[in-house]
Amino acid sequence: MPQNADNVLDHFNLFRQPEYREMFENKKKNFENPVADNELERVREWTKTEEYKEKNFAREALTVNPAKACQPLGAVFAAVGFESTIPFVHGSQGCVAYYRSHFSRHFKEPTSCVSSSMTEDAAVFGGLNNMIDGLANTYNMYKPKMISVSTTCMAEVIGDDLNAFIKTSKEKGSVPQEFDVPFAHTPAFVGSHITGYDNVMKGVLEHFWDGKAGTEPKLERTPNNSINFLGGFDGYTVGNLREVKRIFESMGVEYTLIGDNSDVWDTPTDGEFRMYDGGTKLEDVANALHAKATISMQEYCTEKTLPYIATKGQEVVALNHPVGVAATDKFLMEISRLSGKPISEELTKERGRLVDAIADSSAHIHGKKFAIYGDPDLCYGLAAFLLELGAEPIHVLATNGGKGWAEKMQRLFDSSPFGKGCKAYAGKDLWHMRSLLFTEPVDYLIGNTYGKYLDRDTGTPLIRIGFPIFDRHHKHRYPVWGYQGSMNVLVWILDAIFEDIDRNTNVVAKSDYSFDIIR
Amino acid sequence: MSVAQAESIEDIKARNKELVQEVLKAYPEKTAKRRAKHLGTFEDGKPDCGVKSNIKSIPGVMTIRGCAYAGSKGVVWGPIKDMIHISHGPVGCGQYSWASRRNYYIGTTGIDTFGTMQFTSDFQEKDIVFGGDKKLAKIIDEIQDLFPLNKGISVQSECPIGLIGDDIEAVSKAKTKEYEGKTIVPVRCEGFRGVSQSLGHHIANDAIRDWVFDKSEGKPIRFEPSPYDVAIIGDYNIGGDAWSSRILLEEMGLRVVAQWSGDGTIAELEATPKAKLNVLHCYRSMNYISRHMEEKYGIPWCEYNFFGPSKIEESLRKIASHFDDKIKEGAERVIAKYRPLMDAVIAKYRPRLEGKKVMLYVGGLRPRHVIGAYEDLGMEVVGTGYEFGHNDDYQRTTHYVKDGTLIYDDVTGYEFEKFVEKIQPDLVGSGIKEKYVFQKMGVPFRQMHSWDYSGPYHGYDGFAIFARDMDMAINAPVWKMARAPWAA
Repeated sequence: MPQNADNVLDHFNLFRQPEYREMFENKKKNFENPVADNELERVREWTKTEEYKEKNFAREALTVNPAKACQPLGAVFAAVGFESTIPFVHGSQGCVAYYRSHFSRHFKEPTSCVSSSMTEDAAVFGGLNNMIDGLANTYNMYKPKMISVSTTCMAEVIGDDLNAFIKTSKEKGSVPQEFDVPFAHTPAFVGSHITGYDNVMKGVLEHFWDGKAGTEPKLERTPNNSINFLGGFDGYTVGNLREVKRIFESMGVEYTLIGDNSDVWDTPTDGEFRMYDGGTKLEDVANALHAKATISMQEYCTEKTLPYIATKGQEVVALNHPVGVAATDKFLMEISRLSGKPISEELTKERGRLVDAIADSSAHIHGKKFAIYGDPDLCYGLAAFLLELGAEPIHVLATNGGKGWAEKMQRLFDSSPFGKGCKAYAGKDLWHMRSLLFTEPVDYLIGNTYGKYLDRDTGTPLIRIGFPIFDRHHKHRYPVWGYQGSMNVLVWILDAIFEDIDRNTNVVAKSDYSFDIIR
Repeated sequence: MSVAQAESIEDIKARNKELVQEVLKAYPEKTAKRRAKHLGTFEDGKPDCGVKSNIKSIPGVMTIRGCAYAGSKGVVWGPIKDMIHISHGPVGCGQYSWASRRNYYIGTTGIDTFGTMQFTSDFQEKDIVFGGDKKLAKIIDEIQDLFPLNKGISVQSECPIGLIGDDIEAVSKAKTKEYEGKTIVPVRCEGFRGVSQSLGHHIANDAIRDWVFDKSEGKPIRFEPSPYDVAIIGDYNIGGDAWSSRILLEEMGLRVVAQWSGDGTIAELEATPKAKLNVLHCYRSMNYISRHMEEKYGIPWCEYNFFGPSKIEESLRKIASHFDDKIKEGAERVIAKYRPLMDAVIAKYRPRLEGKKVMLYVGGLRPRHVIGAYEDLGMEVVGTGYEFGHNDDYQRTTHYVKDGTLIYDDVTGYEFEKFVEKIQPDLVGSGIKEKYVFQKMGVPFRQMHSWDYSGPYHGYDGFAIFARDMDMAINAPVWKMARAPWAA
């Protein structure tokens, strides 16, 4: 009997005991009709070949292990960044259960979001009644200051019209006429979660700036010196947005962070559950119209929002998830240029410290080959930093990246001697990446939790940066933006390299001559 | 008045009544009227728990429920490890359900086993406009090409499939023929069907009936039948639950010829109609197929509960009662063998847990099944409810709950928070969406869907882990830190 009250064995060790191993063997042999060992081995080896890779890349219809989620997830991400705002997803309820679970697993925080719970009858007759009842219930029960409505694929396929539905709901008294209900259509079969972020962000701005769906006059822009900031969909939003605020404050810049979800996903454990915490104040969203300029930290998350803002007369600046020295320099210089405020001594010193750290450590990274996957902007930012460190981002893959992104990546590779032989893969998935890692191996892999299967299959150590990170805790509390954030990324990369070196040199009397204590 | 202060059952019942009235006040009248039917207090001697169930959730409230797709793909079909399950439709559903349910299995992932992978048709706008059948046919071809050792394919329909009228059945039939009888199963589990994941279980069961059983009739059986052949039905092997259950059945002399669906294979599904008895753990999700096998193949089924020694003993004897003395003696032998372990576990943990109050809110069987395990540790379940239970679940619950237990069906986030706030239990057992809400409030919590990434919890080996985990949750030093010493 393997179990013991004094030393309780859970799944990590319980199933390695002989009783269980014997049970598994019997199950397999007698009942599973298993594939013969040699056949299994043959196919396994075949999947590592160039021939398999070609077949794999020839695939036209099937997607395996994609590195992207659907629009509505990004919609919820954007919506929770506003003061006392509850996201309301018009469509079937199961989707909302998924978004809430997904965010909770990443942030280890509750995520509040409601659904209009559409079922068969709504599929036939439309979801108007669900909207009317739903808005009334949400308004009464959760006492929000704003309800941000977005859709699922179901509501989109049947063609529900959010503008008309919300109007009717208001007429029926679900929420007061003047209550803010911005909306965005976010079909799951268009784009990805970053598209959903973009649509909701634009929807919220349009609502406040363009007369609240025809119920009020449009706002007139009176330019001021403030700078707006959009973070984009970002798994490090808690650490990053706080870092960005610190940077703005360090330079004494007047700013509005639009969609600040850094507090709602980092509430304290102190005996009280805060359904809402922090968030951009609604009056600040309205006033953001008057800002001098808007900086988007992620171009591909704001493809519609930025041009919309530009039509209002603001200057817009799109960055690509800046990580590293040059990218952060550019970010700060843009803030400085737009605000007329100099870059602070504090930040200048931080810059020097980052350069110092790179000088101390880049020898360990120089010439190392990396594969990266994730959202298009994240991939760009990390690849640029790696080039700066003298590393080679050989495979850079974004399932939700497009042709324009791939071309931009290529220009980045072409700008550096370390970019030679590097390639961007737009629209490909992690099963494509598996083939690449076998046929053109690299030293390290950077990406989200799902990469642990690639790490195991191909022996490429995974450095966890991206979304979602389910199997490591609290990474989202650390910034990856700014000089300080770049320092975190540098340390995570170095940790992986040193751990790898130790793992490869720890065999006593065989390889441990390099098992050094000083590196 | 908290439970601790409520002195008599009558007090508790009055308190519950007051509490229900209080939460209903927050709703508009129409909603309050509808929600009132789902909230109540168990009255001893009643045939059910006095609440309505399996009814549509109310729009705009934070229901914890999922959808039919989650019930089929996430629960019933997904754990069948040697098949490839296509999340057919847009990318999200497959992404959010990717490897998140801890259905442990042994196999070479990506080669002959596919349990922790996400296969999707990643529907784009053009697929919605022109239909996705041709794409599906091509996907099946590509799967054959790239994953030649797969033993079958299931097509798990997401919302748009039913709405745009794709004929996934025709594609599946044609491809089955083309690939010489390969099992290819269309499952109509679109998320908008039904009121929760529950309908997805039923649809998935029906798909097994129609597309696995009916089509495998006449195929030769792969093993010599024995009088002691049983199938484990409705165990999803969360954290290895089905394994810590299977070992007991085998130790008592039974032969487990199939495991559904955790660590399951298509061969085991096909073999099940040859079993002598189906032992059913999750009644809610797999009673349908068990009843079908009883009607069509004459295989009896019996429910069992492997949480905590009291229920395990009861269940082992109940299962043994379907067999001869050899098995009955086997059950007694197993009970006797593990008793010292159980005594030791209880001796260690009961003193730390005695008298602690628990509120549960889980899926289809745990709101009742785990009550016995808590009671074995001297704990008391003071409130419970189902995400997607039906009336027959609430009838079965009467055997488990005490007079005066607060019952909440399809509880909303708001109601659950208020109930916990007022009753102040020592532990809440529910899911990931609820976990952090209650932890913020300073209330110890365990995820009772995923075992909080621990487990197994089934069987004797599992109970030791269950006891340890409940102790670590309740007695973790962190809960004493929730309020700052200077806070009022």
